[in-house]
Amino acid sequence: MDDNVILKLTDVVKTFPGVRALDGVQLEVRAGEVHCLLGQNGAGKSTLIKVLAGVHRPDSGNVEWLGKPVEFANPQAAMRAGIATIYQELDLVDGLSVAENAFLGHEPRRLGFIRRGETARRTREILGRLGHAEIPARRPVHRLPSAGKQIVSMARALSHDARLIIMDEPSAVLAHDEVGNLFRIIRELTAAGIAVVYISHRMEEIREIGDRVTVLKDGRTTAAGLPARDTPTRDLVTRMTGRTIEYVFPDRVHADAGTAPLLDVTGLTRHGEFADVSLTVRPGEIVGIAGLVGSGRSELLETIYGARRADAGTIRVGGRALRPGSVGSAVRAGVGMAPEERKSQALLLDEPIYRNVTLARFARFARGGFTRAGAEASASADVAARLDLRPPDVRRPVRQLSGGNQQKVVVGRWLVGTAARNDSPEDQDRFGGTPTRLLILDEPTRGVDVGARSDLYQLIRDLAAAGLGVLLVSSEVPEVLGLSDRVLIMREGSVIREAPGGELDEEAVLDMIMAGSLTTGALAAETDTTGTTEGEAA
Amino acid sequence: MKATTTADPGAHPVAKTDGGASLRRWWTSESNEFAGRNLGLLGVLVVLVIIGAVTRPDLYGDPEWVRNNVFTILQQASAIGVVTVGMTFVIIGGGIDLSVGAIMALAGVWATTLATQSYGPGGMIFTAIVVGIGAGLVNGLLVSYGRLVPFIATLAMMVAARGLAASISGKQTQISQSAVINDIATTKILGVPLLIVILALVVAAGWVLLNRTTFGRRTIAVGGNPEAARLAGINVRVQTLLLYGLSGLCCGIGAIMLTAQANSAQAAMANLYELDAIAAAIIGGTLLSGGRGTIIGALFGVLVFSTITNLFAINGLSTESQNMIKGGIIVAAVLIQQFRFGSLTKLFSRTAKP
Repeated sequence: MDDNVILKLTDVVKTFPGVRALDGVQLEVRAGEVHCLLGQNGAGKSTLIKVLAGVHRPDSGNVEWLGKPVEFANPQAAMRAGIATIYQELDLVDGLSVAENAFLGHEPRRLGFIRRGETARRTREILGRLGHAEIPARRPVHRLPSAGKQIVSMARALSHDARLIIMDEPSAVLAHDEVGNLFRIIRELTAAGIAVVYISHRMEEIREIGDRVTVLKDGRTTAAGLPARDTPTRDLVTRMTGRTIEYVFPDRVHADAGTAPLLDVTGLTRHGEFADVSLTVRPGEIVGIAGLVGSGRSELLETIYGARRADAGTIRVGGRALRPGSVGSAVRAGVGMAPEERKSQALLLDEPIYRNVTLARFARFARGGFTRAGAEASASADVAARLDLRPPDVRRPVRQLSGGNQQKVVVGRWLVGTAARNDSPEDQDRFGGTPTRLLILDEPTRGVDVGARSDLYQLIRDLAAAGLGVLLVSSEVPEVLGLSDRVLIMREGSVIREAPGGELDEEAVLDMIMAGSLTTGALAAETDTTGTTEGEAA
Repeated sequence: MKATTTADPGAHPVAKTDGGASLRRWWTSESNEFAGRNLGLLGVLVVLVIIGAVTRPDLYGDPEWVRNNVFTILQQASAIGVVTVGMTFVIIGGGIDLSVGAIMALAGVWATTLATQSYGPGGMIFTAIVVGIGAGLVNGLLVSYGRLVPFIATLAMMVAARGLAASISGKQTQISQSAVINDIATTKILGVPLLIVILALVVAAGWVLLNRTTFGRRTIAVGGNPEAARLAGINVRVQTLLLYGLSGLCCGIGAIMLTAQANSAQAAMANLYELDAIAAAIIGGTLLSGGRGTIIGALFGVLVFSTITNLFAINGLSTESQNMIKGGIIVAAVLIQQFRFGSLTKLFSRTAKP
């Protein structure tokens, strides 16, 4: 056996009531490598992490750590053995300081008293090793940005002298430049012989930082130890899905440039978030906004939707002004939004799927104030069928769905009462009130697996083809470019560029959103609503 | 329900409804989980009755006495039961109402002042209900528009309403002169005491309101995930306001019932009812964090408490030991529920949660 192997899993099985979460997983991690774990949502990645972290105990199979078979009784045991885990939702205590978090549970102490000076000193030393000596050890964690919190999580891992650090989608909460810094830290860790198990949905990250890739599908290892840089994407996707798909964007059906705008925003401003934004969306048109976290893009969407009140400017839908700061007014006008954080902002996780689908519409099904669960369930079942929701039983709690299917529920909420293209007019009349005319999507594919992602892309295109206007924001530039008929580029609260989706390439957009080389002054004035903004300024 | 839970995944999940089936569905409880939980509470009640029968076989041998004793238990549970329905709504909606006992006292005292009594029984009932709703709406305004934490807002109301009640009554016990009001406690309808009928009506109305109306759906949404409810276009503030108003309404009804039972009202009445109501709701399976709960469970919670009280009374035991047992019951009920829904392994690896 390879001497470098520090962790070896053979035939690990873990079942929960009704689910075989892990069904024979093989994994081999060498010292000093970045081992990427790939798999769709529900493939068993999270369960695997929890087995390694000592949260779950496997039902059968072997876990060999540093050459000896082990079974961790609890997370503390795994941590003492040298396996540290950085979860996606960073498990830091907001009210405690950086140093207190880093050494939480194993504080340096004397006679039962915590040695605060020693804790701070050792934290500074670790932060220094991480290249972030500038983070004050005594600052409360809630005053740090996400990137800073992630550094603290890593400091905690190092405070345990971890030999293996598991990172669950560490880049999901980071802006582009912060990811670069994360990679620098990972390289330093691996250079010192620490192994990293890295989980991400982003292929380009895996190419850049990964050494080897293990692919999971339905709780099984379908490929182990593939070279991260050379394995063709198609191969990996095939092993994840059992079918060959890439991020294929459906063909655009161009909206008729002559139609009146469905959404007309002029001079919208919220102090400190965005200023003087004007944009239009026509029926059947997909308008994408590209920008970094903090560029004001999500705030802009929420303001258009009425979840935030604008300081200045007007929002018109179908020619009529929306009441400022009123979600109800927007919904009545036929605007729907799928917010950025589906669990905290969109779903009632313990409620059945159908009640989540009809959350914005149940009053329209009701008669005289009495809800009609049967009608709601059957309308939701129609939506579920259109979206290929799995499983399609709409009385299940939403919590049981995978991330991608949960996202379908969030988007599907706004499709209740909007007929599929081939529905009859009677079907459309069956449902009173304004159906959704404008769909606002904030990060529609965040944390969504490849299969569901393609479904969502197709769905968004189909909706546009059926005449809906779509306004979407995504951190993934290829997604914005591939989906949108027209692209707006936001930086620091302003729209700095507007162009048809086909005229921009990824590199140019990244350049612009990340304080690139374009002069913003002249371009900020360009708000040509016909979508024919020309050319390059560079 | 049954058909959909056992259907294979490929089948169309919901059959088109015909008249009869939809009526049946209307009465079917949505959640098997709650049904199981309620069965557990029913079991506890049965055990308590068996204990009663074993300790006092002489009394339980007499069917006439048993029937009257059941009525006694239900009558004792009636006012607190009505208030618990309102409390359950508030808790499911993500709040808490510590002021229910105080609002009952205020409504009772206000309804029995000489000035109010001069308007007759109708005026007294009207006053109690308006005072209850009014105080509840003040709570609601403070929570929804004043953005106070519910605990603090209703704590303030609890103190203030008792103070106002004491000031109105001059700390005196106010005798109800109205025969109509006093008769509420003694009237029987088809052999069933009116107080029990009122309780049954309020519970039934509460069940329908929670499970079959848009109001109930909004309550669950607002309590389960306020941000999601807001972004779905539900007016969270108005709903919160209405929930506290509803709790106040229940307090007003409860105040009349208590006044009828005592033939009087005073500022110290309904003492600690808030704690009993909260405990009953929690025992009944209502999640203190909001979003989930059941009216029937809450009713069972109230009945468990009043049956224990009755058990101690018929055995001539002190109220002190009774309160200790009550405390134990609250903990035991919640522990049993956690045990039911978490598997053994979960319980033992509790520290292992991330």
